[in-house]
Amino acid sequence: MSHDFLQMHLKAVISCLLIFLYKVHTTKAGQFFSSGHTNNWAVLVCTSRFWFNYRHVANTLSVYRSVKRLGIPDSHIVLMLADDMACNYRNPKPATVFSHKNMELNVYGDDVEVDYRGYEVTVENFLRVLTGRLPPSTPRSKRLLSDDRSNILIYLTGHGGNGFLKFQDSEEISNMELADAFEQMWQKRRYNELLFIIDTCQGASMYERFYSPNLMALASSQVGEDSLSHQPDLAIGVHLMDKYTFYLLEFLEEVHPASQANMNDLFKVCPQSQCVSTPGHRTDLFQRDPGSVLITDFFGSVRKVEITKDTINLTSPVEPPIQRSGSGDIQIESLTYVDQLPVAEIIHQKPKQKDWHPPDGFILGLWTLILLVFFQTYGIKHLKHIF
Amino acid sequence: MGLLSDPNRRKALTNLLTRLNAPICMVCYLAAIVWFMGLAFEPFTLRTYMSENAMGSTMVEERFSSGERALSLAKEFDAHKRKAGGMPVEWLVKAMQARGLEVFTQSFSRKLPFPDENKERYMVRGTNVYGILRAPRAPRTEALVITAPCSPGNSDNQAVGLLLALAQYFRNQIFWAKDIIFLVNEHDLIGMQAWLEGYHHTNITGMEYSPLQGRAGSIQAALSLELSSDVITSLDLILEGLNGQLPNLDLANLFYAFCQKLGVLCTIQGKLQRNDWDTAEGYTHAAQTMMLMVLKQACGRSWGDHGLFLRYHIEAASIRGINGFRHYKMDVATIGRLLEGMVRKLNNLLERLHQSYFFYLLPSLSRFVSIGYYMPAFGLLAVILLLRVSFPGLDHFTFFNPSGPGVLTVLTPVVISHLTGVALYLLPVHLQEMAVEHFPVSETEAVVLTAVAIYTAGLALPHNTQRLLSGEGTEQGWKVLKLTALLYLAVLLGCTALINFSLGFVLAVTLVPITASMTPHMPKALSALAMVLLSPAFTILYCVFIYQELIEAPVSVGEGWMLFLSVISQGILDHALYGSLVYPLLALFIYPCWLMFWNILFWS
Repeated sequence: MSHDFLQMHLKAVISCLLIFLYKVHTTKAGQFFSSGHTNNWAVLVCTSRFWFNYRHVANTLSVYRSVKRLGIPDSHIVLMLADDMACNYRNPKPATVFSHKNMELNVYGDDVEVDYRGYEVTVENFLRVLTGRLPPSTPRSKRLLSDDRSNILIYLTGHGGNGFLKFQDSEEISNMELADAFEQMWQKRRYNELLFIIDTCQGASMYERFYSPNLMALASSQVGEDSLSHQPDLAIGVHLMDKYTFYLLEFLEEVHPASQANMNDLFKVCPQSQCVSTPGHRTDLFQRDPGSVLITDFFGSVRKVEITKDTINLTSPVEPPIQRSGSGDIQIESLTYVDQLPVAEIIHQKPKQKDWHPPDGFILGLWTLILLVFFQTYGIKHLKHIF
Repeated sequence: MGLLSDPNRRKALTNLLTRLNAPICMVCYLAAIVWFMGLAFEPFTLRTYMSENAMGSTMVEERFSSGERALSLAKEFDAHKRKAGGMPVEWLVKAMQARGLEVFTQSFSRKLPFPDENKERYMVRGTNVYGILRAPRAPRTEALVITAPCSPGNSDNQAVGLLLALAQYFRNQIFWAKDIIFLVNEHDLIGMQAWLEGYHHTNITGMEYSPLQGRAGSIQAALSLELSSDVITSLDLILEGLNGQLPNLDLANLFYAFCQKLGVLCTIQGKLQRNDWDTAEGYTHAAQTMMLMVLKQACGRSWGDHGLFLRYHIEAASIRGINGFRHYKMDVATIGRLLEGMVRKLNNLLERLHQSYFFYLLPSLSRFVSIGYYMPAFGLLAVILLLRVSFPGLDHFTFFNPSGPGVLTVLTPVVISHLTGVALYLLPVHLQEMAVEHFPVSETEAVVLTAVAIYTAGLALPHNTQRLLSGEGTEQGWKVLKLTALLYLAVLLGCTALINFSLGFVLAVTLVPITASMTPHMPKALSALAMVLLSPAFTILYCVFIYQELIEAPVSVGEGWMLFLSVISQGILDHALYGSLVYPLLALFIYPCWLMFWNILFWS
């Protein structure tokens, strides 16, 4: 009797456990398709030329190095450098670009692929890359071939001011243009989520005007502040890096593909005590909670692998992504894409009430002519017969 | 209604000007002098700063260390110079070639219009030697020049030695974006003029030179080195160039920045900077430095080998090493490091130096006065001349009055004055043989004394021109002449001040008081004396005395007079050899203008 009881209990427990495990499996695998992005892209731009702007090229190359190390391949990176510092006549160590003094770290390496070089880095080319409006002859390496499941990292550095960024000493891009470009990208479904980092003077002004969803932005300084350069190298004779990107690079060197560091750690990079300027960030357009966004969601290209022996029902509704906590009162309505072809409006439409318009001038003139001819021929006395 | 458009107010304004004309003029004059002296007061000046972004701060690491090699080269150069009795061309060519430069020579010759007694030369023949260090990776479009003069005797040997040691050091570096030309010029300014004319394919002074075989691109900046001792206590910076032109202030800022970085004492006008601007001595020190710069700029000659570069829009400065009586001495390696740093920063330039000021005055090396601050001093003096145009009695009706003075009355003095000016310009040099025949003087003395004679002869003119005129000189006549002369002087001084502020200001300070107040009704003897004492020639004499006082080498009257004569001869030579414009300006324009006022004084 007790033996049966025990067996029954055991079976019950085991089945419960199995059911529990099954549920766990389904929930984990179910979550597999709920994180949103499937591929990563990076657009890294250095906008200034001339030897004394060495540090901007070093900034861009150090972000390039981190992004490549964390897994994004060159085919998914669009690197735009406005000047060639490695082969500048004034470089005492040709074919190198250093980010740390005493030549500790050469960020140029021997496998750097620059997609837009020298005078090709213009505002027009940058916007065309973002929006995808490139001539058909553009090679693939110069295109941003992202889709609606791409997470894109955009990094800009150079000389900037309140509301603009200077390209190549002769033109500027304004914050409104940038915001409109991102809106175009959203409407054309060219990104899932976008992280925008800018390291210039008064960088926060560049993300003030964003209005598209799923954008997160970081800047190295607030409006009215200057971003400062970090350290000069006495052998090379120029400043090697800017402070913000220097500490960003130090932070990213600790990140590896499996690390769980999230955006809140990134916001803490380079506080005012180190940077002298106050870095800023903007997350109100972003749907997920920044604490749940991994660094590798943008900086790396992490392939998620989950091994399961069970079948997964892909048609069943998946769990929605973790919503932002905090502002519980303000209910952000779920955002969808704009309906591109409103068929319903076109087909079931009632004919609109047309306002009466007087007849055309030509017809009026024609009738007047006919009347005149009639009365000319037959005399005016017949008029009283008509009216 | 507005101040000038309302006729009542305009009348009131003109009445005020005509009533208070003399007091306003006095006030303006005093204000101009006070403003000028106040420029040296430190709170009114600005601190110098680097304007050029590409040059940045002084953050390069200088590694030049071959001081001893430079000194041994200097000794070798000295020995070969003595043996060759001039420029040791073969030795220099071999030395430069051994250091990997592309070496070329240029021979030149020039016959001076009359012998130069200061430097004891008449027929000058020489050779320039220059070596080009090609930039390893850059196209040959831009160049920098470092020069050292080959001077007779013991001077400037260390400069050439340092030049060669620097060439050797620079040749081992790969970060040059511009070619560097190392030039050793003979007969200082004459050789430099020949080289520059050959480099730029011009011939403005009648020099004969062989064309340059090697060229390096357009020159962005030049540094001239004068070093005559193994150790130095301070470095002096010389900026004033031909016709009072100055290099871009960024060059001086660069020099000062590197002097501070390396802890080298640097001076300007030979005077060290002081910190006590609020004391009387501090202020007088700064004022003396500024006055020296004004006098040097006014005389229009090039005070270093660099001065001839400025005409070609090449920013250049001279650095002179001074061995004074101080404890702390610096060796040649430090100077080499300073030059290395400066050249490395100039290497970073992308365009010619243009961000900083071209017109400035330096009361000290770290403080400057820009043109916007010093020009009002001259403006106040020019205003006096314009105010005097509106003296009472002359209204526009007299011009159309047929009984008024004809054009001829005014034209005659003008033409005769200018003819005298032309005589003063041409005759001294052309008549020197005749003078030497008739008088027991040397050629230089003949030229100078002829100039002084013609100048003095001009004083006798009014008595002759009055007899030439058929009609009598009327009351209106001298007024029209004065009007013309005042306007002429205002335009002349204004144009001069724009190009060479110091010359314009110095001339204005002495000419404006006498010309503004000159009328025929003043006591003749006294005003004649005043006019003569404030004439351009005496202005030069005073400047000579003041200059000697300021450089702390005061001279007696006799020595001063000899110095004055040599200044005149140098002025004529500078004009003939390098195209300096001070002598023609004074002879052809200022002197006739002064003669016109002299004419007014003796109008009858």
